[in-house]
Amino acid sequence: MRARTRRLYTFGIAALLLLAAAVLAFFALRENANLFYTPEILAEKGQPEDGKVVKVGGWVEPGSLAYSEDGATMIFTVIDNSPHTIRVSYTGIAPDLFREGQGVVATGQFGPEGAFTARQILAKHDENYQPRELKPLDVAG
Amino acid sequence: MIELGHFAAFLALAAALAQGLFGLTGQRRLAGLAAYAGFAVMTLSFLTLVVAFARSDFSVALVANNSHTLKPMLYKVAGAWGNHEGSMALWCLVTLGFGAAGALWMRTGRDLFEARALGIQGLLAVGALAYLLFASSPFLRLDPAPFQGAGLNPLLQDPALSFHPPMLYLGYVGYSFVFALAAAGMMEARVDSVWAKEARRWSLAAFIPLSLGIALGSYWAYYELGWGGWWFWDPVENASLMPWLIGAALLHSVVVTEKREGFGAWSALLAVLAFLFSIMGAFLVRSGILTSVHAFAVDPERGTLLLFGLLTYGGFALGLFALRAPKLAGGKPWVLLSREGALMANNIVLIVAALTVLLGTLFPLMAEAAGRTISVGEPYFNLTFTPMLALLLVILPVVQAWAWGKADLKAWSKWAIGGAALALVFLALGVGFWDISIGAALGLALGIWLVFGALWEVKRRAITPGRIFRLPPRVWGMTLAHMGLGLFVIGAVVETTGRYETTVALAEGGSGTVAGWTLTLDQVRAIEGPNWYADRAQLMATRGGAKAVLAPTKRYYPAAQMPTTETAIHKTGTGDLYAALGEQRIVDGEPRWVFRVYYNPLIDMVYFGVILMALGGAFSLWPRRKA
Repeated sequence: MRARTRRLYTFGIAALLLLAAAVLAFFALRENANLFYTPEILAEKGQPEDGKVVKVGGWVEPGSLAYSEDGATMIFTVIDNSPHTIRVSYTGIAPDLFREGQGVVATGQFGPEGAFTARQILAKHDENYQPRELKPLDVAG
Repeated sequence: MIELGHFAAFLALAAALAQGLFGLTGQRRLAGLAAYAGFAVMTLSFLTLVVAFARSDFSVALVANNSHTLKPMLYKVAGAWGNHEGSMALWCLVTLGFGAAGALWMRTGRDLFEARALGIQGLLAVGALAYLLFASSPFLRLDPAPFQGAGLNPLLQDPALSFHPPMLYLGYVGYSFVFALAAAGMMEARVDSVWAKEARRWSLAAFIPLSLGIALGSYWAYYELGWGGWWFWDPVENASLMPWLIGAALLHSVVVTEKREGFGAWSALLAVLAFLFSIMGAFLVRSGILTSVHAFAVDPERGTLLLFGLLTYGGFALGLFALRAPKLAGGKPWVLLSREGALMANNIVLIVAALTVLLGTLFPLMAEAAGRTISVGEPYFNLTFTPMLALLLVILPVVQAWAWGKADLKAWSKWAIGGAALALVFLALGVGFWDISIGAALGLALGIWLVFGALWEVKRRAITPGRIFRLPPRVWGMTLAHMGLGLFVIGAVVETTGRYETTVALAEGGSGTVAGWTLTLDQVRAIEGPNWYADRAQLMATRGGAKAVLAPTKRYYPAAQMPTTETAIHKTGTGDLYAALGEQRIVDGEPRWVFRVYYNPLIDMVYFGVILMALGGAFSLWPRRKA
């Protein structure tokens, strides 16, 4: 096989694979890149389509935390600087730094009633780590 | 004391400069001496830092910010590199260490080439040291010295995490010397068999610790975070995976250069890329542009400097490559269906896989620049990275038997029938008996296929059974690595698809069931450690006649005002029963403790597979016995 033909094949195969990867990546990103919602954005844009995995972020409303009957599920309200809220339920252990009034980012899906079922929750880590998506909450005067 | 270290680091900078000058002017012996001297003084400098940490000398700002007198000694010492400045000092030490090791062990018989490689390594050390001394100095004093330190991030107070950074850095920085070899080879436009022999050894020297470092980090995430999984496609995990993939591609391409003098330009390019990806990893992690536990230096200035370094090194090496690549020899002739062709396919797939990881890691940043906030998680990688790699692993057992130049394709139909039969058997078993998904069944078949393929290759090469133990070490290295890969695939598929998880909230004396195990909460007691206090639960787990006691704990570190999760793991032989203790909840006026319980089947095989790969690398480094 001449070197030029071989190079042609090599580049052909590489280009094909790269193209396949690009197409895969395009669809994977379109389907699986998680959009981020705060209560305000949710009110503005409306609920995403059913079953779509998204992220919800904001502050845990003080006094809103409650548990299901068997104690395994926690239910709380997420607020931001807008008058809107999101109801979040999560079955699992609260992250170490989960507190009422603290920042929280939840990954999961919206149900038909607008309630959000989280499958993962991240809480504000420490002073040096703030979920990048969250802007500080105005302290109400 | 610390001033001595500071001074020694300046001496190291001078030595590295000398190493660069002597090296690039072709004085092999002097460059080597400078490399030894640089390594010696940097070791001294690093030791003063470690001693400051061990003695809790809070007049050193870095110690005050990151240590505490009540910490156990191991974590005091490991605390020296558990922060940005200290880890940069380690980076410098390892860079100079590889220079010294190179001066000692390079055996090409080409003085000018070796001198230049040392010279470039010296300049890389100059860059790292300048960054250390002028942008992130660990040697600064505090006046007045505080009585107590702020403590290490408690999440990092863990044995696996103590050795994770040094291992990872040996890998990352190991590629700096491979980079230096590539640049030196391109300078004299001679990237041939002799070059490849040398480059292969150093690539292995970087690849082994990099693999182990990634595995340690993953194991830590598994038992310390309490999330049950071992890989989360977190940006920092991806940052270490990318150089690993490029490094794996390099290990395969450099063999072609060594045996057939082919792929010279390509190998040199990969050698350059492996190091550039390593620095990029450091940049992504340290600049704070990605959200992560590792982002302990959220400092735009440092990020900019790292980016500047990346562009300088990259510009230099890639410019050199563009200049010299056309002059590199092409090697012996080959056709597409040959060992060369197979290794080329390996390289293309590994690089494309690395690019999909890169895209997934950077996409949120690009989207943010465009004004949208999104994140990319596991589903993306399962759809792009996994099929790419699966494709490569399917052909591996078949093509590794192919000859150089032109493959003998007589046996291909046997391989095809065997492979298809294996896949069908597992499909039938998986869907019919085990009740698992089609993907899981095929994944299992793929793992078995790889293990079988690795063993078959030993048999093929040995020809007669008596010669199996006389095979050269590097054949054993390849076999172990490919077998490790197969076991890793089996473990990863079984763990990911067969993991069972649930949450239970138990009152003392209450019980619940998980994956056939009955868990009864005996009691929760308050206990105390050297620098923490904790709630420790005692869970009795029973299944049939089997019994185990699990003691998941929640620690609280007053110095850092931070709780951590200490999971309890019971090894059942085929998997881990894994429990994490959560918070106390008041449900209907009754206090209950919440537990996250997992059953992780075959999780150990994931780590065993990686260890086998690293062991395979070590075998490949072993010199061939003289006949």
